[in-house]
Amino acid sequence: MSRPADMDDKRTPSMSKDPAPSRRGFLTGALAAGGAIAGSRVAAQSPDPAITELQPWMQYLGDGVDARPYGTPSQYEAHVIRRNVEWLTADPVSSVNFTPLHELDGIITPNGLCFERHHAGIAEVDPTAHRLMINGLVDKPLVFTMQDLMRFPRENRVYFLECAANSGMEWAGAQLNGCQYTHGMIHNVMYTGVPLRLLLEEAGVKTNGKWIMPEGADASAMTRSIPIEKAMDDCLVAFKMNGEALRPEQGYPVRLVVPGWEGNMWIKWLRRIEVGDQPWHHREETSKYTDLLDNGIARRFTWEMDAKSVITNPSPQAPILHSKGPTVLTGVAWSGRGTIPRVDVTLDGGKNWHEARMSGPSFDKSMHRFYFEFDWDGKPLLLQSRTHDSTGYVQPTKNDLRAIRGENSIYHNNGIQTWHVNERGEAENVEVS
Amino acid sequence: MSKFLKILAPASAGTASVLTLAYVLADQFVVDMPAPARVSFVAAANAQETEAPAPTAETVAQANAEPPAPARDGGYGLGREALPEEIAAWDIDIRPDGQGLPVGSGDVWTGEEVFVEKCASCHGDFGEAVGRWPQLAGGQGTLERKDPVKTIGSYWPYLSTVWDYVHRAMPFGDAQSLTPDEVYAITAYLLYLNNIVEDDFELSNESFAEVEMPNAEGFKPDDRPETELTAFSGEACMEGCKDEVEITMRAAVLDVTPGSDEGDADVEDTAIEVEEQAAAQPADAEPAEEAVAGDQPTAPEDAAVAGEADKASVEGADAEAAPAEAVVEASAGPDPELVAAGERVFKKCAACHQVGDNAKNRSGPQLNGIVGRTAGTVEGFRYSGALEEAGADGLVWDHESLAGFLADPRAYLKGTKMSFAGLRSDEDITAITAFLEAQGE
Ligand code: HEC
Ligand code: HEC
Repeated sequence: MSRPADMDDKRTPSMSKDPAPSRRGFLTGALAAGGAIAGSRVAAQSPDPAITELQPWMQYLGDGVDARPYGTPSQYEAHVIRRNVEWLTADPVSSVNFTPLHELDGIITPNGLCFERHHAGIAEVDPTAHRLMINGLVDKPLVFTMQDLMRFPRENRVYFLECAANSGMEWAGAQLNGCQYTHGMIHNVMYTGVPLRLLLEEAGVKTNGKWIMPEGADASAMTRSIPIEKAMDDCLVAFKMNGEALRPEQGYPVRLVVPGWEGNMWIKWLRRIEVGDQPWHHREETSKYTDLLDNGIARRFTWEMDAKSVITNPSPQAPILHSKGPTVLTGVAWSGRGTIPRVDVTLDGGKNWHEARMSGPSFDKSMHRFYFEFDWDGKPLLLQSRTHDSTGYVQPTKNDLRAIRGENSIYHNNGIQTWHVNERGEAENVEVS
Repeated sequence: MSKFLKILAPASAGTASVLTLAYVLADQFVVDMPAPARVSFVAAANAQETEAPAPTAETVAQANAEPPAPARDGGYGLGREALPEEIAAWDIDIRPDGQGLPVGSGDVWTGEEVFVEKCASCHGDFGEAVGRWPQLAGGQGTLERKDPVKTIGSYWPYLSTVWDYVHRAMPFGDAQSLTPDEVYAITAYLLYLNNIVEDDFELSNESFAEVEMPNAEGFKPDDRPETELTAFSGEACMEGCKDEVEITMRAAVLDVTPGSDEGDADVEDTAIEVEEQAAAQPADAEPAEEAVAGDQPTAPEDAAVAGEADKASVEGADAEAAPAEAVVEASAGPDPELVAAGERVFKKCAACHQVGDNAKNRSGPQLNGIVGRTAGTVEGFRYSGALEEAGADGLVWDHESLAGFLADPRAYLKGTKMSFAGLRSDEDITAITAFLEAQGE
């Protein structure tokens, strides 16, 4: 097993030529300083050059205001990027990359770090040449320009979007080392958009209109069938994320938001909504996004995302870099059926559990942040988190899920994740009895 | 249960009248607990006793319980009515009952011709798949076993889905270029490849309804509410839940994490697509050393990079530099920095092309020694008629012709089957050409 600290070292140089300090540097620095043990603060042996020496930024002038008209993160954060698993797919055009959950805090995912999954590359849509059509079983088929959409009343909502295949690589056992890879097909942003209900009412849904079929404008022919009840309930036609225009890879200029339901349904580059009296059973709801069970029968229309959580720190890409003593454990939890009132954490592989501390706003069908502060004794740990959602559902173990579904269902793996942390603070993806 | 939890009455996921729910929703809003003072393991377990402050007006206001955006009786009068021609242009999707199918027909043998010309470079002549592109035929009887093979024949419940998807999305990179008759013919051929029809079959909008898909009955509605939700709800054990805990599986045994030292597992056969890949069984993959030593390239993009990839990835931090150096030694020609830049650009090509030792034809021909070679002459690769003719007419791949071709393959060479949008920047084109030039025969 490679030391996680090395993994990052190796990847970083290919990403940037920046003088970012390596993780290994951090680690040795921390060890050299002796670490801090609760109640026994270390004494310095010699003066710290970070204090005694004049650093360049203390002496010289920095860039002026116009040097970075669209701000980007510090050069020292250049390793915080989406990453993909190249062997997963035949082609980067129909592929996926993953949100670096272990580098984030709070509940909002920055726009540039939201994982990407597209089936025919990033469509670069000119908003002035973009139209949204509503047709099918409606009184009046309509066409809207982006300007038209901007004249409807808007709402602001924070929702998670999780790909149904998130953690799908882990059905048969622990496979990828890092929560970015095991859990990173999720992001959580604030959307600004028009309730889909208002647009459908504008066209007038006929009484036999029971389903809608949103369609994207890219070359992948992305379409899904959605029951009219959901469409009229909380779906949004969104054009902003975290206050700014959607990023092209997230469907600029406009995407569908289907709160709590699998990410594939949140059609990007939304150009058309057809209303019908039965589902369409298109490729993405037959060949894909159906959950094959052990007996050869597949579940279809498994739309809701079950409650799930993961510890993001420590984790394989984010080892403990200090020695014994005060340690911050943190992670995220979410449910497609409501809010997260509570997350439990275990340090011993599930023998004993402790209630974590929730922090930050709690929105319906949004990511929630939890913390558990403890004094690490320097011994190995088996870390797990177990979320409860507002319906009373408790996150199951992976084996609980396998007992019902087998190992072939690919999608909707919300089982409890285990990280093994060794004496050196390095974490590994494992499964436990 | 702590007092903290008592204020978090389980919320009904109610969807009706948001206004009347506002009061209730305030309850489900989780309030920050104060950060506990530094605690030891034991004390942390008791942290749940910490008192949470009652919800305040501010925190409640953050909940999703605001009035909805207002509707207006009779609508807002925005947008305009869609014209029938506009609807016809976009509404081309098909339903299981055949609604939406245009008039037309095509037989198995015509389908084979079109398929071999336009689809086989990725999906294989018989739908068996080239490399990791999707497999379209076979797999019957595998759904109940480990590593099921899901294809049109073994899995897809509706024929309409085949017609609809091929018509709207394929060939990959040239969507909506097929005529309805071509789609009927290809669909007939795909049915034939899956043993669903005989070789004299002709598919048309009329014969469409006669075809029965083998796995039509293989699906059921989401039954999680009955099979899982209740079973997974209720009290959770907090103390003394297990006597022993043992590690039963470790990711490091088969480290397929990008950037890990042990090399990538040989997932060539199992990986088809992201979702499908999820089914790849760690236990099935070869031990890492074998995979690296084997003649099949592992992660094709790495392997394609000058055949040095395995060594480079073991050498860790130098991964970036090593292959480029190797390349430069071999040729002493182009600027090493440009070659290194070109190697990065080659990632865009590596899904279809290989270079270096052991380079094989994939969905595109191998590209060793391509600069200076006559177009369409790699042995054993089946080119499009267009590229073959261009070669016969004397097209040689030099800086200029490559620049033209790579900027916009289909504009440069009408009829080429290279489904690639083109490189946008001149810098990338110069770099990739230098990289290709550095690849020997
Ligand atoms: C350049 C490679 C390429 C070519 C050429 C190509 N395809 Fe595909 N095909 C793909 C990829 C990639 C996908 C998966 C796309 C995605 O991720 O959504 C796919 C998916 C499919 C699927 C769905 C497979 C499944 O299991 O869901 C069918 C059917 C299909 N292609 C048929 C065709 C036909 C018919 C042609 C020729 C007209 C064709 N393809 C040409 C690459 C190709
Ligand atoms: C989606 C698959 C695909 C991608 C991606 C792709 N190619 Fe190709 N390429 C092909 C196919 C298929 C052919 C054969 C074309 C034909 O027969 O018309 C080809 C042909 C070529 C040829 C001519 C080969 C000869 O022997 O005459 C060159 C040169 C080439 N590609 C370079 C590139 C480069 C450079 C890139 C990346 C910038 C690239 N290709 C990306 C599939 C691809």
